[in-house]
This record gives sequence, structure tokens and C-alpha cells, in this order.
Amino acid sequence: MDESAAATGTTSPTERPACIAVRGLTMAYGSFVVMRDLNFTVGRGDIFIIMGGSGCGKSTLLRHMIGLIEPAAGEVCYGAFNFTKAGPQARERMLRRFGVLYQAGALWGSMTLAENVGLPLEEFTDLSPNEIRQIAALKLALVGLKGFEDFYPSQISGGMQKRAGLARAMALDPEILFCDEPSSGLDPISSRLLDNLILDLRDNLGATVVVVSHELASILAIGDNSVFLDGESRTMIASGDPKELLAHSTDPRVHRFLTRGADGRRTA
Amino acid sequence: MHCMRVESSALPSSQLSFGRASGETLVLALAGDWRLRPGFASGAAVERELERPPLSRRVAFNAQELGEWDSSLLAFITEVVELCHARDVAVDFSELPSGLKRMVELAEAVPEEKSAHSASIRAPLAARVGAATIAYVQSTGEFVSFLGAVTIALGRFVTGRARYRRVDLMVTIQDCGANAFGIVTLISFLVGTILAFMGAVQLEQFGAAIYVADLVGIGMARDMGAMMTAIIMAGRTGAAFAAQLGTMKVTQEIDALTTMGISPMEFLVAPRVLALILMMPLLCFYSDLMGVLGGAAVGSGVLGLSFTTYFRETFHAVTLGDVLGGVFKSSVYGVIIAIAGCLRGFQCGNNSSAVGDAATSAVVTGIVFIVVACGAFALVFNILGI
Ligand SMILES: Nc1ncnc2c1ncn2[C@@H]1O[C@H](COP(=O)(O)OP(=O)(O)O)[C@@H](O)[C@H]1O
Ligand SMILES: [Mg+2]
Repeated sequence: MDESAAATGTTSPTERPACIAVRGLTMAYGSFVVMRDLNFTVGRGDIFIIMGGSGCGKSTLLRHMIGLIEPAAGEVCYGAFNFTKAGPQARERMLRRFGVLYQAGALWGSMTLAENVGLPLEEFTDLSPNEIRQIAALKLALVGLKGFEDFYPSQISGGMQKRAGLARAMALDPEILFCDEPSSGLDPISSRLLDNLILDLRDNLGATVVVVSHELASILAIGDNSVFLDGESRTMIASGDPKELLAHSTDPRVHRFLTRGADGRRTA
Repeated sequence: MHCMRVESSALPSSQLSFGRASGETLVLALAGDWRLRPGFASGAAVERELERPPLSRRVAFNAQELGEWDSSLLAFITEVVELCHARDVAVDFSELPSGLKRMVELAEAVPEEKSAHSASIRAPLAARVGAATIAYVQSTGEFVSFLGAVTIALGRFVTGRARYRRVDLMVTIQDCGANAFGIVTLISFLVGTILAFMGAVQLEQFGAAIYVADLVGIGMARDMGAMMTAIIMAGRTGAAFAAQLGTMKVTQEIDALTTMGISPMEFLVAPRVLALILMMPLLCFYSDLMGVLGGAAVGSGVLGLSFTTYFRETFHAVTLGDVLGGVFKSSVYGVIIAIAGCLRGFQCGNNSSAVGDAATSAVVTGIVFIVVACGAFALVFNILGI
């Protein structure tokens, strides 16, 4: 903790109670260390941004947080619950409180959009098929896909698949929503709508949202807190409110990223 | 064509010449148009020049005569830069046109971290044999532990606690049952005729042509029916399973199931295994019948036996035990095919070519284990006297 605060000098302490805590996390694929020594906390109700250059390990960090990959060292805790050390059943109970939007949408290809959104409802609630369909249609309408209930994922565009993926992630009104690059592949207007939707979710349902993003406009618009991963030094080099980082960060790498490389080598 | 050759042979000398300047500097004078054509200048001449005494400590360029250029010049310069780096020779870009300089800088920028993607070094033969052996043992271990996980999932399935969609099960059953009838019919009939021909050549010499019916009947019922359906299904359904699950892995659909708390084992694997366990015996029995029909066709067409005689002889020779044994084997083969397919699908890497590899590997694994199982059955059935 101290280390990362020292690295940025701009860390603003989160006032809200910690909801997710990542401690000493080292991520590796076999002997290839992607990132080491990640330490940060996500406050309840925050919109937390994971940012960094492409290929630096943002998706990998997300996959660690939801337990798809086991850490090489360190742990991920949700409140007082140690997710890394928990057994499979306790983990599964925890997983039901998550919603995940994958980078490519990851809709199940053999099911229609309504069935995709309805599956979690079918599995984990006692709703009747009619009620399930109604809720699925509502969630799809929320992401702007009204009328596409009976389409198959292969029949809609990539951006629409992404939005349908978000509808599915929201199906069970999750406490924590994880989104991997929600606005990539979307036009500026849809991407803005998606940002607003994420804000609404947080404000109205009290969800905590973890977003992987390198879309500057959206980072600055919705982020309450963030962590900046650096691919070269293989660790986090800054954390805090992205707007503060933009205004006060002295680290050239962070600054370059948040100003779209305006002080990069082209003008140097 | 002719014109091209003249030009390309003239390339290096006209485009590139060497000069020496003070301070042990080698000056590369670039001239004329540099176009991406066969035989564009390579670094070999520069390498020779660098190695000739007096040794240069610095390389500079002279681009006053340079005309049009494209990536060929860029490729040449980056090659020169690498040659110089290897010899601790400094490179001076200051005389290059600014656009070219920028491109060279881009190409020379610090490369991506490569430690994870280090180029595979070709190991000596013994090491490769060792690695392959270890991999083989590991793959057997994976197969067995996957079998265990599938058994647990099937247990939950049978007790009605598994999460799956009935429609998925039905679609899979249709796909590996009804839709496979055509190919099973064709292959089994042909295998029946082949068995009959092979037997006929020998048996006719002893005037015992009628025993062709015994040969075909027993052969199909005990082994060939189960074996042929298994191989057909390994190629057809095993590969399809691997490709389906592999694609779901690539598109993160399996991750989406996992994080939703739905076990992919129950949701995806159990219905597929069950479908094959149920359908293989039916297909196998059907294959037996088709084989016998094929034999009968040869018997009546070539050997002049009547259908009645042929079938009476077949029923006389083949016992219920033979048929049940074969049908039982086919069910086991079904489990092997489904598990090989699903396992390879789950192990699929995360790109599209990995899906193809997974499908291939599923077929190979399936057939290898089927043949091994067939041998084991032969041994056990022999000991038990079945
Ligand atoms: N399954 C994998 N096996 C090995 N290396 C991987 C795997 N997935 C990703 N990587 C590597 O890990 C690094 C981070 O990837 P990722 O987390 O997807 O980056 P991004 O920040 O763009 O989301 C990359 O260098 C990538 O090559
Ligand atoms: Mg990513």
C-alpha cells in the first residue's frame, strides 16, 4: 500500500468501505510473470478503472479477480471473505453475486439473446418461464436491444453482442459488475450510453463496478478510482481518481497515457 | 521479364556505394530509386565492407542521390543497423531524409517483452523423445482425471441435480444418433462385403462357402460393428465436440458459464457423454445388421447362396452373447470418444487455429484409446471365455 502511494503521490483515500481488496497479487502464465505486487482496494459503490496499455495484463487481472486464474502469489478478498483461499462451494456462492461482461461478449452461440439473459435467471431463481422472458426483455431493452430477443448472437453486430453481454451480466442484479473493455467496438454515442448505463446501475442498484478500459473519455467520465498497470515495469505505477491522476500525476508514463501521448516522441 | 533481370542485377552497384571518411567512418552512399523487387540490395555487401580493414567504428549515410524509396530501403537500413549493433559500430542517421529516419526509429523501437513468447529452441533428439514421453504419460493422466470429473457430473445428472438444458441433450442425441445413420449404413455394408470377399476366397477352395455367413456374422457382432461405428463417430462426433467446446473456450463462453456458477462439466460435457452412451449401442446394433446384409449380398451375388440359407446360417452361428458383447463395447467406445472430444476442446488454446488442432487431436486420441480398449477387451473376453 505504502509503496504504491509513494509511487503516485496523488492517491486519494477511498472514503467508502472497502469491498474488494487485492493484496500482493502476482499474476503469471507458467513462468511468464505478467504483473507482480499489485495492491489496491475498491470501495463499495465505486466505479473502479483498470487501465494500462494494450497487452499489459488488464484482462488477466480481471480474470484473477473473478477466480478464473489462480494467483501465483497474493490474494483477492471480498469484504472479509478471502476469495483466493475459499473452497469451491463458497466461491460459487460468491460468484452468483458477480456479473461479468467479457471482452468479446461471450454470448452462448446456441441460444437466442433472451435465452442468454434468461439462463442465469432460470438457474438461480424460481421465476416462471414467462416472468423470465419478461425480465430478459427488460434487460435487453436497457442496453438498447429492444426487439432483438429472438435473434441469435451470430445475427447481430459485435457492438450489439457486447451490449447483450452486459444485459446478461446484469441479469441477476449483481452486487459487483466486472466489465472488460465495455465500449471497445462501439460508436461514440453507444459508448456514451453504455457509460451512462453503468453510472445508473451504480447509482440506482448500488452496484460496485470494475471496468477495464483504455477509452480516455469514459475513464474520466465514470471513474471514481483506478489502478494504472505498466507493461514495462510489470507492476502498478499509479492508483487513485483518474481525474486527479490527470491533473497531478508526475509520472510521465501515466501522464502520457492520460493525455493520449500528447507529450510523446512525435513532438519531442 | 528480360528488362527486369537487367535492372535487378544492376541493383546493388547502382543503388549503393561505399566511401570512407575521417574518424574510421564508413559512408554508405544511397542512390537512385529503391523499389521492392526481387534481388533488392541486402546487407551482405555492407557486412563484407565492415569486415575489411581498416575496421570502421562508425557508419554514416549519404542520401544526396537518393530518388524514390519504399520498404526495401527500410529493410536494408534496419539490417545494417543490426549488423552494426552486433559489431559495436555506431550508426549515424543524421543524413537520412526525415521521413525515412522516423520509420527507422519506429522499426528500432524497444520490442515487446518477449520472455513469455521466447522462440522455441530445437532440443536434441533424446530430449524431444523424453519430452514426448512425459507429455504422453501426462495426457493419459489428464484423460483419467477428466473421466473422474465426468463420472461425478454424470452422477449428478442421473440423480437429477445437474444443470443442463434438455434441448441441448436432445439436439446432441439427434446429431450423434439419427444424423449418423447414413454414413454408418454405407461403411458397415461395405465392411460386410469386404469381410465376405476375404473369407470367400479361402473358404470356396474347401467348398465351405456357406461359412462366409458365420465369418461375417460373428466378425461384425463381436468386433467389427462396434469398431467401425466407433471410428466413424470419433471422426464425426468426437471432432465436432472438440471444435464446439474449443470455440466456446476461445470466445470465453465457457468462462461465462463458470463465473455464473454453472459447471461446464454438467452443462456441456455430461449431455454429450450421455448422448453417445445412449446412441452408440443403437448404431452398433444397426451396423451389425448392415454388415450381415453386405455379407448376404456377396453370398447371393457371388457365391450363389440363397438369402434363406445365408440368414439361417448366420442366426445359427451368432449367439446373443456375441451381439451383447459388441454392443457393450460400443458403449464404452462412446464414452471414450465423448471424453476425448470434450477434453481436447477444454484444453484448446485461445486462437482459431488451436480449434483445428483440438479437433484433430480429439480424433487421434479417440482412435488410439479405442484400439487400446479393443485390445483390452479381447484379452478380458478371452480370459472370461466369452
Ligand atoms: N492464456 C495465456 N497464456 C499465456 N500468455 C497469455 C495468455 N493470455 C494472455 N497472455 C499474455 O499476457 C499478457 C497480458 O494479456 P491481457 O491480460 O489479455 O492484456 P490486456 O491488458 O490487453 O487485456 C500478454 O502479454 C499476453 O500475451
Ligand atoms: Mg484485454
